[in-house]
Amino acid sequence: MKKVFVDVMARHTRDGSIEPVSFVWEDGASYEIDKVIERKKAASLKAGGQGIRYTCRVRGKNVYLFLEDNKWFMEGKQ
Amino acid sequence: MESVILHCDLNNFYASVECLYNPSIRDLPVAVCGDPDLRHGIILAKNYIAKRCGVITGEVIWQAKQKCPGLKVVKPNYPLYIRFSKQAREIYSRYTNHIEAFGIDECWLDVSGSTRLFGEGEKIADKIRQTIRDELGITASIGVSFNKIFAKLGSDLKKPDATTVITRGNYKQLVWGLPVDELLYVGRSTRRKLYRVGIYTIEDLATASVKFLHKLLGKWGDTLWTFANGYDTSPVMPMEFENTIKGIGNSMTTARDLLNDEDVKLTMYVLSESVAERLRSHNFKGRTVQIYIKDNELASIERQSKLDQYSCTSSDIALKAMEIFRRNWDWAKPVRSLGVRVTDLVTADTCTQLSLFDDYNRSIKKELLEASIDDIRRRFGHYAVLRALFLKDRALNANPVEDNVIHPVSYFR
Repeated sequence: MKKVFVDVMARHTRDGSIEPVSFVWEDGASYEIDKVIERKKAASLKAGGQGIRYTCRVRGKNVYLFLEDNKWFMEGKQ
Repeated sequence: MESVILHCDLNNFYASVECLYNPSIRDLPVAVCGDPDLRHGIILAKNYIAKRCGVITGEVIWQAKQKCPGLKVVKPNYPLYIRFSKQAREIYSRYTNHIEAFGIDECWLDVSGSTRLFGEGEKIADKIRQTIRDELGITASIGVSFNKIFAKLGSDLKKPDATTVITRGNYKQLVWGLPVDELLYVGRSTRRKLYRVGIYTIEDLATASVKFLHKLLGKWGDTLWTFANGYDTSPVMPMEFENTIKGIGNSMTTARDLLNDEDVKLTMYVLSESVAERLRSHNFKGRTVQIYIKDNELASIERQSKLDQYSCTSSDIALKAMEIFRRNWDWAKPVRSLGVRVTDLVTADTCTQLSLFDDYNRSIKKELLEASIDDIRRRFGHYAVLRALFLKDRALNANPVEDNVIHPVSYFR
């Protein structure tokens, strides 16, 4: 599985937290995040990285979006 | 109340972080090595696959590759390791504020005060391991015991990702049978001395007479006997504890062997500048200059001498260092690495005895000059201002202040 860095639109809230709103996948398609289900520190053994992991609901599926330092990445298929 | 002390050791730390970040090498033998061009080409860390091939930390790359032809060699990424080390400490801090670091990948934790909140030591250790695995993607071995020495021994017993509990009830079975050099501070030369008198295991050491050990090893004899019997009571320092600085030094293995006084002079100035800059940044002046010389066959000596006055300027330190060097080195062999250290420190505003025959305006001027150089370097980078001397051989010129980010620590503070 490969590490795919993505562009992310995020809301920086008054209390300092960051909520991703949408992201652009490597093929250029933009995806809205319907809901952030969980937010915790975690490592990605599959893609090779570590940071804050957002479990996001996107088009009926759960996907992981990682914030590592100040870059966002996702786990790509290969 | 009995102390509950944990020693957490991040397994194969550098190699584990590299393998986490690069899944394609995870199933290969991997070693993190210094830069061979700068003659730092030794194994700094390796993963378990490389370990099984017999690769050991500290050996040179070609030796390791002979044992393990497929060895994947990667360069160290210190900022990343420091980030992981900090995050591990943040995890520990959820359980106690008594966290004492021992290098970048090891920490002691005193959780005596938190057992009512989080359960007994073993339970806390297991929780910490689980959290490190989930949040950092690497593993840790943890020793749980009633003193720091046994906790450290415990973390070495089962690897990777395991907890070992050493109690007053089981330490004789678990610890005493181990070879004596497993104990902290039993290195090559102490081990040789102990072997000569028939002390091979920690039990042999623990049951020997203290008087005898004292005769053999001096005060270290008493200390090691205390360690072996589990009598060590040194506390785990709280996180915010700042060590008293007793000396400031830098050493360097140079890019090539040093062959004459000129080479050494250049290197001494590089080191002295770094030491002086660090002295000034901590607002110190020092009086004793120590130098360390290692020849190309790895034999080393240390010599020291006093300055006339407390100083924090690189020229004073370098001149003294060169004077000590010239007195003590006969150039029978080329020099591989050099070190300069200043001890006998006072804060820079302490009143010190002046001499009637020196011109103090000159030393004040020198201090001001060097402070301005610090300022220029802070704003425009280390190489913005250089001594003309450094232009003679650019290969020998380095910046130890920025290049050395991980420092050795002592158990005794």
